[in-house]
Amino acid sequence: MRGKNILLWALWLLLTLLLAWYLLSRLYGEAGDKTVFLPGATTDGHYQIELACNACHTGPYADRDALQEACEGCHADALKAAKDDHPKAKFSDPRNADRVALLDARYCVTCHVEHRPDITGPMAVSVPADTCFLCHEAIGDERPSHAGMAFDTCTSAGCHNFHDNRALYEDFLVKHMDDAPTLFDQQLLVGNLAQIAEQLPDYPLDAHPVQALDAAGQVYPEHAGDAEIVRQWAGSAHARSGAGCQACHADTAGGDWVDSPDHTACASCHKGEVDGFLQGRHGMRLDTARLGRELSPMDPALARLPMREDAAGRELGCQSCHGAHDYSLAESAVQSCLGCHADEHSLAYRDSAHYRLWQRERAGDAPAGSGVTCASCHMPRIERDYYWGTFVHHEVQHNQSANLQPNEKMIRPVCLQCHGLGFAIDALADEALIRANFNAPPAVHIRSIDLARQRLDADADTPAH
Amino acid sequence: MKTLRTLTLAGSLSLLMLTPASVMSAAQDEPMFTPQQMTDWLHLVMSSDRTVYTRLIVNRLQNKEKVIKASEHFEDDKALVLPAQMFRFGAEMVGEATDDFSYSLLSEWPINKQNAPRTEVEKAGLAYIAANKGENYYATEELGGTTYFTAVYADIAVAPACVSCHNDHKDTPRTDFKLGDVMGGVVIRVPM
Repeated sequence: MRGKNILLWALWLLLTLLLAWYLLSRLYGEAGDKTVFLPGATTDGHYQIELACNACHTGPYADRDALQEACEGCHADALKAAKDDHPKAKFSDPRNADRVALLDARYCVTCHVEHRPDITGPMAVSVPADTCFLCHEAIGDERPSHAGMAFDTCTSAGCHNFHDNRALYEDFLVKHMDDAPTLFDQQLLVGNLAQIAEQLPDYPLDAHPVQALDAAGQVYPEHAGDAEIVRQWAGSAHARSGAGCQACHADTAGGDWVDSPDHTACASCHKGEVDGFLQGRHGMRLDTARLGRELSPMDPALARLPMREDAAGRELGCQSCHGAHDYSLAESAVQSCLGCHADEHSLAYRDSAHYRLWQRERAGDAPAGSGVTCASCHMPRIERDYYWGTFVHHEVQHNQSANLQPNEKMIRPVCLQCHGLGFAIDALADEALIRANFNAPPAVHIRSIDLARQRLDADADTPAH
Repeated sequence: MKTLRTLTLAGSLSLLMLTPASVMSAAQDEPMFTPQQMTDWLHLVMSSDRTVYTRLIVNRLQNKEKVIKASEHFEDDKALVLPAQMFRFGAEMVGEATDDFSYSLLSEWPINKQNAPRTEVEKAGLAYIAANKGENYYATEELGGTTYFTAVYADIAVAPACVSCHNDHKDTPRTDFKLGDVMGGVVIRVPM
């Protein structure tokens, strides 16, 4: 009996040691798969980087403030750009201490707790949908039109967002309440990098001045001298604007030839685009500096959205969408997307009015910027101010999150370029229409502009102050 | 730039924020200044800057020269920032940089109802400065487990632009402000 007990103890000790070795190797191993430590499924926004635990949990004893710092490290700029209606400073003010006691909105994780799919809803929100009640209980008194409205409709009815209301605030609704549904003569922003390169702070102008180049002046090793590659480059915007072979293929440290440059080479001229790429769904796994460890590039096989089966194994980098050497924006704006994405919305694109406009532009029957591609909406050109607007770069926003969810974020940078506000709000609230890629007028109507108009009319009927 | 700004602000504050206990006169063993003096000085800077902005920028360019308007939606309308917004943006920037003091612009007749008095001291202070023109209100209060020295200063309509904008705003609960009226109050808090 005693011998049996010793054996059991030895077995227990062995298993404990094995388990400890297994867990420690996972936790501290450089390439250790940390899946075992995930306490629950991660949200769509973070699942790609869920195995880079330290990106959020910056240390073994990191407190809530450290976690908040990690949130802000990735999201603060976007919140600032969104003119966040509920900034942290609003809640740090001691006069709101009683509200903070109810809902500590100084910390992102109060409303966006991770790894809790059981309580997480749209926009990764993990507090009840009627949470607005905690601070805005008296809204029915302040705005009689809101009396009786349920508090779980504030953010779900298409009228308000917690952070970003740039396209939804009342005076903006009033300003645009008589917009035509579609403004047919509008055009989207077109690229202007070559025009402003001399003013960009980090553009390598000394090494690569903006000027037309020809193939004869290019230097490359013998093994890279493919005539087709040279032909593609000679017809590209790179050849027209001073970016020869060495601009991309010379190692930034020593100048040695690199056969397949990565995104760091692109960043020397396209820093804004690469920054956006590293923050977005396509490139976040490559942001080693922020993640604290190396992850493999994103692969369509890892995606939660439906993808084409033959896209599996295609690693995402700049070249996966832009190709190499010809850098056709036309190709990358549609073909590259549809080479992987196979959800209902993507598959319906070629039946849409947007696609017909794009065909007309490509055929030369309509001006540049009149067609609407996948990129027009999901990677739009935005106006990036330098030196507080001294000059403006029409940068391509490669961070899809900037205008993806909530989809009202898309209204100003995208929809309003060609559509009226009411039309855009309704269209983005029509889920069936989104799936069908906007092939018909919206069948859903959001009342926010109606309410703004009613209030305006009521004020007009009131005697002047 | 942000670092420089933070350092400048932190440097200024560290001079100003030395607590009475740590800034003792060796001879008299007395604080060099009281919390009330400190909030008075802070308020003097705030109100002076805002008055300059209101008179020399907004009122001059909008009402006299008529070259540009001021608007709540200054970016969309390509307009000047309203004086009250300039004040609030400064308060937010201070809030991001330090917990050593905070300030806000409140009113018994707020355009944004979130800027109505909420704490008992805010309510008493705003009522006091409206009823006792030219006087300030000082008190201590406990918020979130911390005791604050709270000072309330009258916010006066210093330019016609203040009056016309507040009287005509669609969300205003009061439409009879006149030049020189108390329109609200600046509340400054220092943790004790």
